Parts: sequence; structure tokens; C-alpha cells
Amino acid sequence: MRDRRVAAAERWTTAALPTSAEEVWRYSRIDELDLDDFALATPSDPATPVDGALTDVSEWASGGAAATVVLVDDRVVSLDVSPAAAAAGLVISDLSSDTSVDPADAGLAEAGDAPDLFATLNDAFSPSPIVVRTPVSAEIEGTVHVVRLATVAGGASFGRLVVHVGRNSRLAVVEHHRSTDVHALTVPYTELRVANDARLHYLAVNDLGPQVWQVADLVSRVEQGGSLIAAAAGFGGDYTRLRSDCRLTGRGSSGDLLAIYFGDGDQMLDYRTFQDHRAPDTTSDLLFKGAVGGRSRSVYTGLIRVRKEGTNTNANQTNRNLKLSDEAWAESVPNLEIETNDVKCSHASAVGPIDEEQRFYLESRGVMPADAERLVLTGFFEEVIARLPIAGAAEPLRRRVRDKVARRIGAGEVNA
Amino acid sequence: MSELVIEGLRAEAGGREILRGVTLTVRSGEVHAVMGPNGSGKSTLSHVLMGRPGYTVTGGSVTLDGVDVLAMAAWERAQAGLFLAMQYPTEVPGVSLQDALAAAFTAAGRDVAEVPGLVLAEAGRIGFDERFLTRPLNVDLSGGEKKRNETLQLGVLRPKFAVLDELDSGLDVDALRACARRIEQATAETGLGVLAITHYRRLLDELKSDVVHVFVKGEIVASGGAELADELEDTGYAGYGAEEAEVEGVVDPFADPFADPLGSTGRPEIEDPFGGPGSIG
Repeated sequence: MRDRRVAAAERWTTAALPTSAEEVWRYSRIDELDLDDFALATPSDPATPVDGALTDVSEWASGGAAATVVLVDDRVVSLDVSPAAAAAGLVISDLSSDTSVDPADAGLAEAGDAPDLFATLNDAFSPSPIVVRTPVSAEIEGTVHVVRLATVAGGASFGRLVVHVGRNSRLAVVEHHRSTDVHALTVPYTELRVANDARLHYLAVNDLGPQVWQVADLVSRVEQGGSLIAAAAGFGGDYTRLRSDCRLTGRGSSGDLLAIYFGDGDQMLDYRTFQDHRAPDTTSDLLFKGAVGGRSRSVYTGLIRVRKEGTNTNANQTNRNLKLSDEAWAESVPNLEIETNDVKCSHASAVGPIDEEQRFYLESRGVMPADAERLVLTGFFEEVIARLPIAGAAEPLRRRVRDKVARRIGAGEVNA
Repeated sequence: MSELVIEGLRAEAGGREILRGVTLTVRSGEVHAVMGPNGSGKSTLSHVLMGRPGYTVTGGSVTLDGVDVLAMAAWERAQAGLFLAMQYPTEVPGVSLQDALAAAFTAAGRDVAEVPGLVLAEAGRIGFDERFLTRPLNVDLSGGEKKRNETLQLGVLRPKFAVLDELDSGLDVDALRACARRIEQATAETGLGVLAITHYRRLLDELKSDVVHVFVKGEIVASGGAELADELEDTGYAGYGAEEAEVEGVVDPFADPFADPLGSTGRPEIEDPFGGPGSIG
């Protein structure tokens, strides 16, 4: 592990930060990032207790918890696996203390395979990679929650999560990104490996504080007959970016990418997706829906890539955005790159205001304008939330959408 | 006893005058039918009464029990006791009927806990399949189901006055009967006053009209009793100054095609669902 870190660090020191001149960074705020503003987040003083509410996941627990891992500033403060999940074969390792795990299982190491320099940076500096693993043919009941809390002002943290779902196994994972109200940088890297005929449902929830910068990478690899639903929910942060590379490497595999995001104030939410069809008979379906109010901004750019081997691919990509104020701004750029025949691909994208007809319909029933907006907005996101197969996740997400609408009303951005 | 008074109402959309001085008064328990050809401005009247965006009122007044309706936002008009059953009810994805009605009850200070029971009771009265109750508003409903849904909401919300914008379009005979009957009952049970905008006399078989107004080119050109509807069925609107293009719209698509030579001209022109040039893009 040590050699690998050194190699990654060397790659990192000889490379320059990307700039917004690169297509995949276009529209982003990468040019504002100066890494010298941040130092590695040092471990919290154990004597300083963390507010338990900040790491609590009971809100999400109605679906049952298979395990809960809490990391504060990249250090594991608790790691609990339920007896039932442990009996079913679920194993969660903290690589900072567990030396029995093969470094090869700690996610991508090769420079050529890492999606960008931030993944390399994470490889070099992640102090406590978490590896979640299921054996063959295991059905894990409940959800694995991984909570990451950043508390150090000026700190940079590098959370790393690698999930291996064994052949013919079933697993659900929710990764929670949170912070106190500090100016911090988080560079999480998450890798999802879905073996033959396995099924993984994954959700990343961005509940970060308003000053946080996050540059996240999510890399998925789905083997033959496996299926993945990888979802993201973006609410917090100053600038938060998620790049999601979904590599369908096995015949008949499927990868669905879902997201809801809701910006307000001055924040920017930035999503880049790659639906990479590398094998025959693969399917992918992407649905990203966002809303931007205040002076907030969002970016969605996505590429469906069908390689020569990806015959009989079926791929969809849909991004819809609601622009809730004159000063808000949403960019939506879908793309296709197809190297073979015999594929079905479609893409759609839209940026527009709230549907006035829908609002009028509700108001004509006597619904007050603020409530009409709340209903139309929650209804807009419901299409995505309803597709999330993680038990107990829908209501917390709806609550966050309602909170965002309430903030708009509080800020006088809705005619009440 | 309540009173909806429309006096000299003029309105335009997209710079074109569509309502040219409409005057009529509906009282509690009364049913007024407004009959006219396509393009006469009937739907515009319903939109302007409810405050749909896209129209400019250029003259006249509308009051409900003496209170200026035109000064109110749409939701305030609803809270004041006005209801519009839309010709083309809008689909609202992801929003349930229950949630919408609960929000309306909250605004009215009514008990939200009553909503589920009232919805079930109203669904039963008009034969609205309970499995539709959990769907998002109007999404994946047929035209007839949407009209039952409008009628159901009317029953739950209990307005003082209902404007029915072509309630009969898109409805099969059974659904039309169920909806019209329910509204007729409301006129007796809760004293509902009704302004029923329609092409056809069919609706009025169950919903007994007290007054029939003939509406041509943005104004009422004649008013009379229920017999006027029968006369219009026989002679059309040509005698009231409607032009050829408008007259064609009188053809009832449900009529026996062999009984009336005009029947072979097929379907009437469908009005713009968003009310013509004033539509919101």
C-alpha cells in the first residue's frame, strides 16, 4: 500500500491541475481552486466530541441498517456491522488498520485507469480507505451507510470507498457527505465493482455545508449480467462536482445513473457522466433532474460511449433542469459517441422554468402559490426518487427538497 | 344565497379582443348554460373568470357577493368559492390528488384529515375507480377519467360557483351522466351555482339548466329557458350571427351520422387546449 501511495504521489507532483479549457472541466470552477489553500485534514482531537447529530443516520434507517461506518476527517470513529449482515457474509475493512486486504482491492491504481488527477490524489493521500465486500450469492438485508464528516477549516480530506459485490450477491450502500460550516476541500473517490449476476444499489448524498468544495469521482465496473443503480443527490456545498464513470464491461450488464440536485444561494453543482458500453447486450439509463434558484448554477454534461464491442447496446440519457430565478443558470450538454452499429441510443435535455400550467392548475384549486411551487417541485423530483430502490431513502430526499423550497420561500423568492 | 355577477366583461389575449362585453348573473342553486360555436370565446370566459395567466381584462367587472373577483389571484378566487372544471385538465407529474387537496384545505383552514374520506366518498358517487386516486394528478388518465377527476375535486372542495368548461368533451355517455348528475345534486345539496359552457345539449339532459345563453363572437346574443338549447340543437348558431366556420362546430360527433347530413363532416374542430393566442408557451 505504501509503495502505491508513493507512486501516486509522484504522478501527482509531476502533473498540473486541470483547467476549464478541457472539455470535461468546461463551465466548472476548477480555475478558482488553489490546493495551497488547503492542508491535509489532521485527525480531530479525540477529546473534542463531534455533535452526534452530524453523523446520525437514523433518518435513513427505516429501511434497516446492515452496517454503519462513520469517518470524521477521514478517520474511522465507528464501524458497526449488524449481526445478520455479518452472518450473511458482509465484511467491511478499514485499510488504515487492516493490513490483510490486498492493496489491489483498494480501487484503481493505474494512472491510465483513473478518471482524473483527483482520483490519483486520493490514491496518494487517502488515510483510511474503506473496503466493503460481499461473498458469492449473499443477500444483504438493509443498507450499508458510510458517513463522512469534514470538520477542519482549511482541511483537505480524501475519503475512499471501494465496494466489491460478489457474484450473484445483492447489496445497497448509501454514502453521506457532510461537514460542519467550514471552508474545506473534500476529494472523495468511490469505486463500485459489481461481479457477474450481482446487483448493487448505491446512493451518494451531498449534505455538505455552504463553504465546502468537493471534487468527487465515482467509478463503476459491472461484469456479466450484473446490474447497478448509482444515484446522487446534491444539495450542499459551495462548489461540488461529481464525475461518474459507469463502465459496462460484461455482456448483458446494466448501469442506471440517477440524480437529483437542487441549488440555491451562490452554490454550483457540477455533474459529468460517462456511460461506457464495453460489452455486447448492455443497457444504461440515465435520468438527472435538477433545479437552480437564487444565483446558483448547475452543469450537466454526459457522454454515452458505445465501443466496438458494445453491439446491441441500449442507452438512454435524460437531463431536465428547472431554472427558478433569472439569475440562476443551468447548463446541459448530452453527447453520443458510437463506434458500432446495431445500437439504440437516445438523449434528451431541457432547461426551463416551472410549468406555469401546472402551477395554475393547483392554484385554481385554492392552493397557495408557495404550496403550489412546493408541490410542483417535489413532483418534478418524484420521478427520480420513485426509481430509487433503496428502502428508507425516499422520505429523507423529499424532506431535503421541501427544505430547499422552504428556504426559497423564506428568502422571498416565491410569491407567497 | 350567493351571487356571481359578471358585468360588461371585456378581455383580450395576444392583442385580440375575445370577450366583448359579457353580462350575466348566476345565483346559488342556478344552472346557466353558455352555448356557442367554436372560437366564440366561451373557453376564454372560463379562463378569465378563474384568472388564468395570458389574458388581459380591458373592461367590466366580476364580483362574488359584492367582492371584486378580478382583483384576486387564482388561488384567492378558489378560496372565495369559485371552481373551474377545465376542458383539458393539466397533468401535474409527481403530485397526488390527496396532496393537492390537502394543500387547498390548509389554505382554506379546513381539516386536512377529512380529505381521504371525502375523496373516497366522492369517487364512489361518480364511479371513479379508486386505483386512479393514487396516480399523479391527471397523469395517464383518459379524457373521461380526467373529467371525473375534476368533478370529484368539485365535490370535495364544495365551491359556491362552478364554471364547467366543456365538461362533456371527451366523456363517454356513462361518465357524462355520472358527472352531470353529481353536479346537479350539488346545486340542491350545497346550493352550487353553475356556469356550464358547452357545445351540446347532451350535458343538459342530466344537468337541468335554468337559463340558456347563446354566446357568439365574445358576447351573449340571446338568453332564454331550457327550450333554447333544444332550438339550438335543431337550427345551430347561424341565426345568431355565427359565421360558417363557427357553425360547423355545432355538429355533435356523438349524433347518428345518418340522421343529419352535416354529421358526415366528422369531428368538430378541437379548440386550442390553452385558449388560443393567449396560450402560455
